[in-house]
Order: sequence, then structure tokens, then C-alpha cells
Amino acid sequence: MKSLGSIRRDFAPWNDPNAKPYIQFDNVTKKFGDFTAVNNLSLTIFEREFFALLGASGCGKSTLLRMLAGFEEPSAGRILLDGQDLRGIPPYRRPVNMMFQSYALFPHMTVENNIAFGLKQEGMAKPEIEKRVAEMLKLVKLEQFAKRKPHQLSGGQRQRVALARSVAKRPKVLLLDEPLGALDKKLREETQFELMDLQQELGLTFVVVTHDQEEAMTMADRIAIMDKGEVMQVATPAEVYEAPASRFVAHFVGNVNMFEGKVAERSANTTRITGATGAQIVVDNASDTSKGADIIFAIRPEKIKVSSKKPADAVNALEGEVYDVAYLGDMTVYHIKLDDGQIVRASALNAARVTEDPLTWNDRAWVSFRPDAGVVLTR
Amino acid sequence: MNTTWSRFNVTSIVLGFAFLYLPIVLLIVFSFNESKLVTVWGGFSTKWYVSLFHNQGLMDATWVTARVGVISATVATVLGTLAALTLTRYTRFRGRILFSGMVFAPLVMPEVITGLSLLLLFVAIGLDRGFFTVTLAHITLTMCFVAVVVQSRLVSFDRSLEEAAMDLGATPAKTFFQITLPVILPAIVSGWMLAFTLSLDDLVIASFTSGPGATTLPMKIYSQVRLGVTPEINAACTLLIAVVAVGVIIASIANKRREVQRQLDEQAAQRG
Repeated sequence: MKSLGSIRRDFAPWNDPNAKPYIQFDNVTKKFGDFTAVNNLSLTIFEREFFALLGASGCGKSTLLRMLAGFEEPSAGRILLDGQDLRGIPPYRRPVNMMFQSYALFPHMTVENNIAFGLKQEGMAKPEIEKRVAEMLKLVKLEQFAKRKPHQLSGGQRQRVALARSVAKRPKVLLLDEPLGALDKKLREETQFELMDLQQELGLTFVVVTHDQEEAMTMADRIAIMDKGEVMQVATPAEVYEAPASRFVAHFVGNVNMFEGKVAERSANTTRITGATGAQIVVDNASDTSKGADIIFAIRPEKIKVSSKKPADAVNALEGEVYDVAYLGDMTVYHIKLDDGQIVRASALNAARVTEDPLTWNDRAWVSFRPDAGVVLTR
Repeated sequence: MNTTWSRFNVTSIVLGFAFLYLPIVLLIVFSFNESKLVTVWGGFSTKWYVSLFHNQGLMDATWVTARVGVISATVATVLGTLAALTLTRYTRFRGRILFSGMVFAPLVMPEVITGLSLLLLFVAIGLDRGFFTVTLAHITLTMCFVAVVVQSRLVSFDRSLEEAAMDLGATPAKTFFQITLPVILPAIVSGWMLAFTLSLDDLVIASFTSGPGATTLPMKIYSQVRLGVTPEINAACTLLIAVVAVGVIIASIANKRREVQRQLDEQAAQRG
């Protein structure tokens, strides 16, 4: 069976037409004065999903999260949670909890009191609170820090307290605003997997806001890519990467080479594209393009093969010269300047320690790729 | 850094401190003077302190001052904190600039004018001058100082703390009393202390707004001095200085301890 990307997904309610959406944004608009932060946005999130809102700062992703938490009310449209319209419900009555980017730990309370805060507001009995707090401390491995105040903890420990506090009430939905933004790289990678495990263990719906595409790709079941208050694409990480819906998405996630051109010919199975500078590219049939249409052919660097001779069986092969090479250890990145002037980025995994056919600056080189290696974009 | 003391440095420090503290030192020294003549040293004695405690007028004035100070500082702290909250939280209401200007104007208003205008007001509305009017006047005077102190703390207050509390189910009122208030409490306490100190040493406004039976300590001292300085007054002032100095020293030691503890905690956290 063929599949986009390298992971088979068994959890995919978004492909099931009978699945009931858990969180629903219906034509939601949010304006701050003249500025439109969120523009007529619709989105559905399913129960137990790990959903990521990905975008540059100011794209409206945090506003979306704050509307879900109840700190902002939509200017228009409605938000449904488990079938219930959230309009007018204040944050302290919503069955969602949020983990803040700054962690927002109460500085005058110990770790255990921070975690117990939400439970006390619920009026939970004292022995039960103690039990739940102990359980949460164990979950985030902070048992011996229960009596400390937040300023007596390291950054990673604070992050875990914030997490424990926000899941202590067993919310229906956990909102995470840049949950790993303040951690250093190594800790961030570890914590990504911890978060995923935690989500599985608790069976909660997670909505995470991030500007870090790697973080979103690692953790999320689906990603919504946002720009200027609108959703550009909602899809699994593999779809976002392998089948971006637009130029913006292709550019935003990962590296990409773009060839502008026109559809020259369509046959039963393949489409031939003439690049703006004359390059001829043959791709597997792209839907909804007709002959003569202006299109963009996008291809990821790792799907391009670089060689010193033209591969005999290549459908698509373009000639050029090595412009730049960078050896990164796990892979090597080539910048090839094609004879028509366009620079193509290609990366090759260094699967072996010894290279048979090494290239260097100013060598003649061929770039080649399969007909199914790239995508045709119409916008 | 240069650790050697040049002659110039030493001279300027000695002169500077002499300028600041010589009058006070003189006052303290002469409060222990045996002689009744203020400027002639007649030997060491504490008799003026004893007679001070038998001077009913001075003791009454001290009691009035303490009560005015505590009541006015407390009311001013409540009002000043509310004003500071309004000014930092509601940044867009109509007339905000006018409001903040009016809150802070008493900071720079000459005391004579504040005192005179309050006097005119009290006379106009037929309020008998006395303990109540001095207290009211001191609330007016000190509220803006509290507002300034509390506002400077609120500006750096992380609003997401309040959002987190509400997110966890606390109503706005609970959020204020369980989160906001405890976090800004140190600023509120220093605002109160500032208000109390201002009320304690105010002479001008008290003179305008006080009436018979509500003479404050500064007023009493000033009126006695006009009849000639007695060593008793020196003793009273020395005690006043001692009270203020002890307060300042306790506050700074507590502050220093907190700072040191905090640094140790942070180092411990760094080590994990």
C-alpha cells in the first residue's frame, strides 16, 4: 500500500464522514479595532486529536487559542465545544485549560499549591486534592520538588509544573501556547516526545500553538497552517510536507525548489510542463490543470538526485554546475546552478561513509527526479 | 577599581556627610544635655527624656499623630491601590489622561495650596476642624504617593497570572484576592509605610486643617520651638529619629535577606 510520507496512521477521524467534530470554529472573525486578527475562519478538531496551529507571529494563531479559552470573544461566528456554543461563557466556566507560554506559575505558591489551585476552585475534597496532586507530581516526575516555590526551579522543571497544573483538572481540551518555546534545543526535543506520551496516556484533546514547524511536525496528528488570520491548509504533517496546497505552505514548511511554467501537454497519465526558462519537466498527472495554465512545480531538495553524469533512465534531468556544497554530517546539501540560471537545492543522505562520485565547486552536474517527486501548484 | 583614598575624596566625603548629618548629631547630643540652655554643654543626663514622658501635651500630640497616621495611611492605601489598578488595567477609557493627571497632581502641588484649599472647603461645608479633617487632608495628600508606588509594581505584573487563575476556575474576585493582591502586596506595604511617614512629618497641611484638640506632634514641636528650644524637644526629636531609623533598618535588612535567599535558591535551581 502506498501512503504519503513514511507513517501509516490508524487514528484518522478527519477522513471519516460520520465522525463527530469535537471543537468547531464556524466562520469565526476577530477584530481588534481596525486590525483583523482572525478572518472568517472555519476549522474542526476531533476528540483525542493532537492538533497544531502553526504560523509566523501575528498570524492569529494565539488569538484563536485565546478565543477557545475564553479570554477573547469572537467578533463574528461561533465556537462549539462538544456541541455546546461557547459564546458568553467566561474562562472560569469553560471545560478547557491552558498552559501559558510564560508558564504563569503563581510565584507566591509552592509547586503543590500551584497544581492544587484549580482543584480547590472546583471545591474538591481535601484528601482527593492531595491524591490528585501527588498523582500529577508523579506524572511529571517532580515528587521531590512539591514544597519548592517556582523561582527555586529550573526552566524545564517550571514547564513541567505548568503542564501538571493545566492537566490536573482533567479538562476536555488542553490548550498549549508555545509550550516548549522557552526551553533549550535538547530539552525541547525530549519534551516533545514526553508531551505526546502524556496526551496518549490521558486521552485528552490537545491544541498547541507554535511557530516551530519541526515541533508541529513531530507532535501533531494534524497541522493547521495559518497566515494573516486565515487557515491556508489543514492536513497531517506528511500531507503538509508532501502535498502542500499552495506556494505559501510549500515555502513555510521545509525547503522547496519552485519552477514557474505552463502546462504544455496533458496525456492520460502524465503532464508535461515547460518551465519559464525552457526546462521540460514531466510529472504524474496533476488534477485540475488544463493545457496552457500557469502553474508552479514544487519539489523538495531530498527528492532531487545529483550526479556527475546524466542517469540513463531519468525521466527528468537538467544540467548545470555545482554552485555551492555544504557537508552537514548526516547529509550533504548541493546548490546547482542550472544552465538556464535557476539555482536548485538538492540534499543527499550520507548513507555510506565513502562516496563513489564526489562533486565539488564548479563541477558539471545533473539533477534528476522521478515524475511523482514533486507537486504542481496552481496558487 | 581604584581602592586608594585620595585626600580629595576623603575631604569631600567628610564635608558631605557633615553637611547632611551635623545638625542631627548636634540635636541628639544636646538632647542628653544636663543644662537647660540648649547651646551650653552642662554634662550628660537623660532627665529630659523622663520629663518628656511627663509632658502631657507632647504625649497627647504623639497619640494624635499615630492615630492620624495609621488611619489616613490605611484609607490612602486602599484608594491609591484602586486608582493604580484602574490606571494600569483600563488604558483606553475616556478622560484617562485627565484622570491620571488629577491623581498625580498632589505630588507636585505646593503643600500650602493643598492646605489652604482644604481649609476653605472644610469651612465652606461647615465641617468642624479637628481630628477628622486632618485625617481627611492626609488621605488626600498621601493617596497619590501610594498610587505611584503600586502602579510601578503593576506595570511589571504578568497579566497571564490572572488569566491562568481564571482559566483554572477562579472567578475575577477570587483571582484578585488569591493571586493579584498577594503578588503586589510588597508594593502595597511600602505604599502604606510611605503614606504613614508622610503623615507623620507633615506640618503645613496639618496646621491648616487641624483644630483644637487635634494637635499633631510636628505642630506641637513647632509651637514649642517658637517659645524657645528646650532640650525636651531635642529628646522628642531624637526619639522620632530613632523610630524612623529602626523602621528603615528593619526594612532594608528584610529586603537584603530576601535578596540573598533568592540568589541562593536560584543557584540551587541552576544546579538542579
